[in-house]
Amino acid sequence: MRLPITAWSSITHRASGVFLFVGMAVLIWALDASLRSPESFASLQECLSSPLAKLVIWAILAGLIYHSVAGVKHLIMDCGIGETMEGGRLGAGLVFALSAVLIVLAGVWIW
Amino acid sequence: MVTAATSYGRSGVADWIAQRVSGIILLAYFLFIGYVLLSGVDYASWKALFAQTWVKIFSLMAVLSLAAHAWIGLWSVLTDYLTERMMGTTGNVLRLVLQVLIGITLFVYVVWTVQILWGY
Ligand code: HEM
Ligand code: HEM
Repeated sequence: MRLPITAWSSITHRASGVFLFVGMAVLIWALDASLRSPESFASLQECLSSPLAKLVIWAILAGLIYHSVAGVKHLIMDCGIGETMEGGRLGAGLVFALSAVLIVLAGVWIW
Repeated sequence: MVTAATSYGRSGVADWIAQRVSGIILLAYFLFIGYVLLSGVDYASWKALFAQTWVKIFSLMAVLSLAAHAWIGLWSVLTDYLTERMMGTTGNVLRLVLQVLIGITLFVYVVWTVQILWGY
């Protein structure tokens, strides 16, 4: 699909929001295991050392990072900043660039 | 005044504001948790952190924000795609069914989190 960058930024914000709704179940599950007992904390740590579990966590963090960066851009535009065609394109570009950097950093942190 | 029965605040402006306030609370919470995890935790320090009242309250606020935020957000998504215009009566039925399932899921998230915070 060829769409303007602003449309991509909007649809990925939406998709990441829906994805996070599901992802939060995993995070609450992890919170549960981390606080339930010393044993479950240890088994959570062990599980999270498996490559597949790391990938799942990274995917959720990536969704969270993109959705948050795009969400903050929404809030900035709600204040009347960058509400022009050019501003919109620039904002979407910045959101993608900043998210990409943060997502890579999150990956480095996990691995 | 026309109000939408399944919207969160029964009005667009109320939903719009709630969406933004809950988004900011969630962001603050995730930054806080991210900072704690980056500083490194073991079971004892993690447990001690969540034993503090303000952390429990902050966490409860975050999960309540999640429920409101996701309800409003997913409502926007459902009312954009699953409509009578796009798929006839099926659209209305499917949308309401999904909305109920989403509501139940979010309710479970909240109760589950309360259980984690005050149950262990
Ligand atoms: C953040 C939440 C979690 C995610 C995303 C996750 C994901 C996964 C994945 C993808 C695997 C398969 C690993 C593989 O085959 O390489 C796995 C295995 C496993 N998980 Fe989890 N898990 C989570 C939390 C937990 C918790 C809370 C426990 C227990 C308290 C647990 C216990 C285990 C065990 C025992 C295995 C089998 C390990 C093995 O066979 O090497 N996990 N998990
Ligand atoms: C963590 C769980 C979160 C979930 C499940 C979630 C889910 C959603 C969903 C489904 C939407 C609707 C998207 C659309 O209508 O296109 C949305 C919108 C929004 N989200 Fe989130 N979100 C989360 C976190 C955040 C965070 C941390 C922020 C940070 C600021 C945020 C800011 C926003 C904003 C500003 C909107 C409104 C966009 C608009 O009016 O079109 N969200 N969210």
